[in-house]
Amino acid sequence: MLNPTNTDLSFSPLGDRALLVEVGDHADPATVARIRALADYLARLRLPGVLDFVPALCTIGVHYDPERWRDQSEARTPYEMLVARIQQALPELASLEVSDGPLREIPVCYEPEFAEDMEALAGAHGLSTEQVIEIHSGTVYTVYMIGFAPGFAYLGPLDERLELPRRETPRARVPAGSVAVANQYTGIYPADLPGGWHVIARTPLPLFDSSRDQPSLLGAGDRVQFVPIGAAAFRKLQRGR
Amino acid sequence: MAAEVIRAGLLTTVQDLGRFGQQRFGVPVSGAMDSRSLSIANRLVGNGDNAAALEITLVGPVLRFDSHTLIALCGGDLGAVVGDKPLPMNRPVWIAAGSRLAFGRCVTGCRAYLAFAGGIDVPEVLGSRSTYLRAGFGGLQGRALKAGDRIEVMTGGESYFLRLREARAFSDDGFAAPKWSVRVDSERLMMRPQLVRFVAGRHWERLTPGVRNRFVGENFGVGAASDRMGYRLEGVELDKHSFGDIASEAVTLGTIQLPPDGNPIVLMADRQTIGGYPRVGEVASVDMPLLAQLKPGDTLRFERIALVEAQKLVHAQTSALAQIGASIMAAGSR
Repeated sequence: MLNPTNTDLSFSPLGDRALLVEVGDHADPATVARIRALADYLARLRLPGVLDFVPALCTIGVHYDPERWRDQSEARTPYEMLVARIQQALPELASLEVSDGPLREIPVCYEPEFAEDMEALAGAHGLSTEQVIEIHSGTVYTVYMIGFAPGFAYLGPLDERLELPRRETPRARVPAGSVAVANQYTGIYPADLPGGWHVIARTPLPLFDSSRDQPSLLGAGDRVQFVPIGAAAFRKLQRGR
Repeated sequence: MAAEVIRAGLLTTVQDLGRFGQQRFGVPVSGAMDSRSLSIANRLVGNGDNAAALEITLVGPVLRFDSHTLIALCGGDLGAVVGDKPLPMNRPVWIAAGSRLAFGRCVTGCRAYLAFAGGIDVPEVLGSRSTYLRAGFGGLQGRALKAGDRIEVMTGGESYFLRLREARAFSDDGFAAPKWSVRVDSERLMMRPQLVRFVAGRHWERLTPGVRNRFVGENFGVGAASDRMGYRLEGVELDKHSFGDIASEAVTLGTIQLPPDGNPIVLMADRQTIGGYPRVGEVASVDMPLLAQLKPGDTLRFERIALVEAQKLVHAQTSALAQIGASIMAAGSR
């Protein structure tokens, strides 16, 4: 159960065309699940002039057209009007079920040709490559948020034994599909991008495709399990797509 | 068919008012940097505000028209000429088949918007025709125009604009335009330092009083690395403050971020969807078109206003645009 009382959520303006709903004060799977339930619920309300909901670690960004939320008497601002409308809906939220997001299995190849930083990461923690693979693929992650680039999923929580700050000098190009870790996250590069995370595997699945109705394979709140595959299986899947 | 691209210019892209509804998947909004000029240009040729047009940056393209086409050019004055005659801005212009539109020296501003009656015909990607260069989708094959491209235009547009076409004979200049134009507040556009109003954000109170005072008291310069994603401001380093961890959260058009080097970044059309830097606040959305017309080296200063004021300004600007639209319709049917 989500069970938020009005005091659980706080609102703040994000300029004159957006606002933030603060759902929790630190990122963890429970907060992410609450955010997902609330964002889905708000989306179903089909509030007029609301253009985007952007779930993040502790907040949901709501982008809106202030002209659609004008108070004819001008006693209240469009911001206050929209906040009041969202608060009005909150009692219904008390009975909202928070369920786990769908589980996505992502095949990944940890072999050296796809794992540029595997040795460095293993070395930094005194682990073997096999141990890194076992730890990294042995967890069911939650998609904390999508951001940085179209379809880039921040997954957590990462096992503490794999935590490492970002590379001091980012790479100019990290290949699409690269699976990497940095700080308390692991993530997948949806396209060739510059980046400073430590690359330890690669998936042949396309994470982002602008021609699909839902362009991103993953959404905030989804759960992810990495399934190790060999280089031959990787190439077969890559050819098959 | 409408035109062939002879030279592309520095950065000429297809843009509409942006791609909404996909930010939760990390897809930037993109769209015209100066959305107001795009809307006016579109209205001048009988299009809806959201029709796709060309955003032209500093050094414009050379286009050859292969059919009679109704166009309008708004925004920055980038020295547009047809043959050796200046192309009048801020009004509908009938341009004759065979005419060549070129751009010269940047006179004012940074970005011009060239609208075509009917709108540019490129496929919608995720609900918008805007080009997003970094990921290479939208617009014309996800990229800036290049020499040899063809600009195709959809049929349509208001019928009275088509009557306008019948009524006008092309002069030897290769174009025909009415004497009237939409009035532009060029003094405000040219103001330097440009006045940019902002609403304080949720980290404002956590900035030191010294930083807050300098932010509203000093002039900033637009840095050379500024682009469609963000304007990098220089001249006043705000602090090498340690702010602690900030949980990444949604950003918006005009969010003023404070990265560790202390030089603020204002997020523009191609901004990412979330950000983890401390924020000063958000630029009033009505002032974003003015900011978008600043080029590297130009100066600006910030003035803090309340949210209630910023949202009143939004309404005033919407009403002003509606009024411009009504005058265009009235002038066109005269």
